[in-house]
Amino acid sequence: MEIDPTIFRFSIFILSIFVGYYVVWSVTPSLHTPLMSVTNAISSVIIVGAIIAALANNTENILNSSSIFGFLAIILSAINIFGGFLVTQRMLSMYKRKKK
Amino acid sequence: MSANLSALFYLISGVLFILALRGLSSPETSRQGNFFGIIGMIIAILVTFLSIGNFSIGIIYVLFFLLIGAFIGALVAYKIPMTAMPELVAGFHSLVGLAAVFVAISAFVNPEAFDLGEPGKIKLVSLIEMSIGAAVGAITFSGSVIAFLKLRGIMSGSPIIFKGQHFLNALLLISIIILTFFLCSVQSSNLFWILIGISFLIGFLLIIPIGGADMPVVISMLNSYSGWAAAGIGFTLENTALVITGALVGSSGAILSYIMCKGMNRSFFNVILGGFGATEQSSKYQNKEQKPFKSGNAEDAAFLMKNASSVIIVPGYGMAVAQAQHALREMVDILKKNDIKISYAIHPVAGRMPGHMNVLLAEANVPYDEVFELEQINNDFANADVAYVIGANDVTNPVAKTDPQSPIYGMPVLDVEKCKSVLFVKRSLAPGYAGIDNDLFYKENTLMLFADAKKMTEDIIKNL
Repeated sequence: MEIDPTIFRFSIFILSIFVGYYVVWSVTPSLHTPLMSVTNAISSVIIVGAIIAALANNTENILNSSSIFGFLAIILSAINIFGGFLVTQRMLSMYKRKKK
Repeated sequence: MSANLSALFYLISGVLFILALRGLSSPETSRQGNFFGIIGMIIAILVTFLSIGNFSIGIIYVLFFLLIGAFIGALVAYKIPMTAMPELVAGFHSLVGLAAVFVAISAFVNPEAFDLGEPGKIKLVSLIEMSIGAAVGAITFSGSVIAFLKLRGIMSGSPIIFKGQHFLNALLLISIIILTFFLCSVQSSNLFWILIGISFLIGFLLIIPIGGADMPVVISMLNSYSGWAAAGIGFTLENTALVITGALVGSSGAILSYIMCKGMNRSFFNVILGGFGATEQSSKYQNKEQKPFKSGNAEDAAFLMKNASSVIIVPGYGMAVAQAQHALREMVDILKKNDIKISYAIHPVAGRMPGHMNVLLAEANVPYDEVFELEQINNDFANADVAYVIGANDVTNPVAKTDPQSPIYGMPVLDVEKCKSVLFVKRSLAPGYAGIDNDLFYKENTLMLFADAKKMTEDIIKNL
């Protein structure tokens, strides 16, 4: 019997939770704020779905209800991706060691 | 590009995201980690374009909207002052939530585009996944908006409570489950809209009873929610990168919430149910008789510090409000020139979000190896000459160790009172967030410095 692909994705999901658990515990507490901003940025990979939604109808009528929501989602996640990564970069560049 | 090939590339970007978080284990590797994250994102976006493979006029629109978002995002990232980081993060969470809602809506309206069946005949599993993604996304959105307004000070930080609040929330939560069930059997779009509407309402109701200083938990929790929403959408779109990322972000936020709750010795539910530090609690302590305390000025403080051989600085939210971090570092520079040993002690819940104080100190060019967490430094207070408490309050209150009646009893606190002398910068004797008096104010070795944190620090610099 063939296994449902959803079960595969579910396995990946559960394993990723464990990976996340161990990786995040190893994050140093002083970098918890950058951790939040970078997780923000990466969760905006949801833009993938937004692009698919926006380009779904290859007809002339580009602005139907489904693609409008896609375009809106593209703007929102693009703000997050660029804002998230750049502000993380900005924060991380401030962490310096003592000058010896 | 074939579906299998693009799935492999999505896996690669998922792995790069894991490396991005892994990099944060130390400041040296963190910048490289962030770079991995960016590469992962670029791969994911490019692969999406290639797998659609249809470069119609639509792609111009997509790029146009992408650039608008990019421009806004970059502008915000460069303009935002570091002190506003908590509200920025809350704002970002709200965007992830809303984007998840929008993607779920377009999948519901146009399921063919995602290979999920036809409108009215969407695959059952996809429909459940979609509903979860949309509901959690909507809760994340409205919850984050409230958190943003509270952190920004547009909305009062004090908890808003009313009778039957928890009952109402429970009722709404149950209605969501019932709605999802009916949605699966009748597939009516009206039910889908109601589902989203109720979810918005829950997010709103969930956050209004939670007070300002509990925001570290709220932000972490919303961070977690945004991850679960993304994962829900990832299942709908059958996209590995999104599933991996959602799980990572979800568990990251959950761990941060746990750390924050532990820092306050309170259970997650106690925080979420809200109402902590509300008026009834604080009034109990108001009709106490005035105990004697010592107050001093900048000159006294400068004298004490100049004659010390080691000074520990305890920053809190008040330092962020007064933007005193730069003045503080100037003061420390002068002290260091006099061969005085300086360290900074950070309580896990100091400030309004995890790691808030560390970022502000880093912004003021404080080297990160002078900054210590509670467990690392707590034994050093007994050997230090001066503790300079700037903008912190409840996290230094010895009552947490001595009085089992106190609402903060059992919370890990910094042992500031063990220092030879304590300089406590505060605007008045008013109790802190927990609504209780701080015993530290009345200790023999405490000198109260009544002033704005920044102004007092600048005055001390003049006297050094």
